[in-house]
Amino acid sequence: MPDGALPVLDVRDLKTVFKTRSGEVHAVNDVSFSLRPGELLGVVGESGSGKSVTMMSLLGLLPSPPAEVKRGQVMFEDKNLLDVDAETLRSVRGGKIGFVFQDPMTSLNPVFTVGVQIMEPLRKHMGMNKKQAAVRAQELLELVGIPDAKRRLGDYPHQFSGGMRQRVMIAIALACDPQVLIADEPTTALDVTIQAQILELMKDLRTKLGMAVIWITHDLGVIAGIADRVMVMYGGQVVEHAPVSTLFKDPQHPYTRALLKTIPTIQGDRAARLTVIEGQPPIIKAAPSACPFRNRCDVAFDRCASENPPRYDLGEGHDAACFFDARTGAPRDA
Amino acid sequence: MLIYTIRRLLISIPTLLFIAFVIFMLLELAPGDPMAQMPLTIPPEVKEKMRLALGLGEPWWVRFPLWLKQFFIVEPQYWIDNAFGTNFADGAQRIISFQSRSPVFDVIAERMPQTLWVVGMSYVVGVLIALPIGIISAYRQYSVFDQAGTFVSMIGFSVPPFFSGVLLIVIFSVQLKWLPSIYDTTHVVTDWDSFVFQLRQMIMPVMVLALQTTAQVSRYMRASMLDNLGQDYVRTARAKGMSESVVVLKHVLRNSMIPVITVIALGIPSIFGGAIITEQIFKVNGLGQLLIIALQGSDIPMVMTITFLLAVLIVMMNLIADVLYGILDPRIRYD
Repeated sequence: MPDGALPVLDVRDLKTVFKTRSGEVHAVNDVSFSLRPGELLGVVGESGSGKSVTMMSLLGLLPSPPAEVKRGQVMFEDKNLLDVDAETLRSVRGGKIGFVFQDPMTSLNPVFTVGVQIMEPLRKHMGMNKKQAAVRAQELLELVGIPDAKRRLGDYPHQFSGGMRQRVMIAIALACDPQVLIADEPTTALDVTIQAQILELMKDLRTKLGMAVIWITHDLGVIAGIADRVMVMYGGQVVEHAPVSTLFKDPQHPYTRALLKTIPTIQGDRAARLTVIEGQPPIIKAAPSACPFRNRCDVAFDRCASENPPRYDLGEGHDAACFFDARTGAPRDA
Repeated sequence: MLIYTIRRLLISIPTLLFIAFVIFMLLELAPGDPMAQMPLTIPPEVKEKMRLALGLGEPWWVRFPLWLKQFFIVEPQYWIDNAFGTNFADGAQRIISFQSRSPVFDVIAERMPQTLWVVGMSYVVGVLIALPIGIISAYRQYSVFDQAGTFVSMIGFSVPPFFSGVLLIVIFSVQLKWLPSIYDTTHVVTDWDSFVFQLRQMIMPVMVLALQTTAQVSRYMRASMLDNLGQDYVRTARAKGMSESVVVLKHVLRNSMIPVITVIALGIPSIFGGAIITEQIFKVNGLGQLLIIALQGSDIPMVMTITFLLAVLIVMMNLIADVLYGILDPRIRYD
């Protein structure tokens, strides 16, 4: 952890497995990261790389069974969230840590008005009465840019468009002035123009409210626009982690480099085919003893199959989990 | 919603008229003779006169409109006359039972309370048991409780009331002698002891019918809860820090009740059908038993009227189910 204030959220060696009929699936493997107050941490990776599962593990939101958080430590306000009792955890969820989910079409309860759904956390965590909560709910809808907020509190989710519903979800997550907002692919289900609006809104709200944000996405373009730091995940592990400008200028992990190549551009040869990373992401059935990316990697060598690379510190808050040193073009010393 | 309800009510009029016609024609075409149970000593020509006196000499296109007139005009007039002391009916002919020669509606009114007590109570009991079973079974899927609930439902589905009823009588009345096997309709509740007696005689018929209801409704409840427990909005509710009881009993239950309410409403008429058998077994002289006796005696007006009343109940419950659906689910718009 280079310079700066104490982290607001500090995750160490988190490990989550899913118990299935064909054995355990190791979805999150020894993930460590920290989040400083007011910063925006981007988390990127393919589907199934463990991004969402990591974040849901933090707050115990995974259904158990089949999920089980095996070990690790999630420090928030001097408490390990993996050890606290259910009531303390509930007071953190929705109160101090807000969550925005991927699909706004299904994330709101269809039979309650959005007013009721926004007021719920306010009454629970802030101890507001009905009247105070209604006033605050109206403020929140105005904050996220929903016109005619007072009247719309009485509307049901199906009366809102997708983008508007995501704004409602954001309003719910922000209801109790959280210190951390976890946004799990909040724009994936929306079309591009609405996506841009939501991104603008989030940037704006972050400066206004000064909270720390974890933004999960598989869209590197989004990350480049809003993140301070980026964490790249693959096969349930953090493979590279760097300040956003460093990551785009000087990617060190072969997976990150491959990801950056897949971004389509509007310049140059129109006939050029989209770049893809060949192969499928792995489903990890045993505790990893090798680099999960080795089968798709263009610089893999024999060591990658026998050992799982640790995260090598490259200085200036940059680290990468690869035995191959891209700067020297040779394998690192064992 | 109001306009929709009124429209539905209007549409149900031709439906019911058609049902009445079908029932009438079925009875008309069915074999059977109201005179069949008369003593053999009555000469055939006298029997023929009796037949004519019952109105059976007239063709169906005369008798059917007459029945309609009696059912929809004369009977309500008598009802209003009784209630307000007016004289609209003016001595018009009511629907008369072939067997007892008394007005059909008077007999039905006599039999109704017993049936409502037993059938209505069993339905309420059945639903009240079924809902928590369904909720807990879904929330603790594959637990011991869930397995036990599945087993009981399977029994409720597969064991018919004429078997479970007799089984209960053998166990609790014959062997253990705890409960009476015959339902005493003349019993009046006046004090605590007579109330206890009423309870004791109701337990077995109510339980037999409730088992069926419980089996059905708890399965629907469980399936519906399971559907909803996996939804994204449940995760959202948990992420807001809501307690499990709020998540399950407010967010999930409210959504799960929507289809179950329909099942409950539509099940009300069918429980009357089930009661026909149960009433026979426990000697409850309710509507079901009345219908059986009327069928055996070819008492056409009685059979026609009871069957048609059941049809009215079915049509009304369908309408009520649809209206409730619209009230519970804000996404449904009927206008």
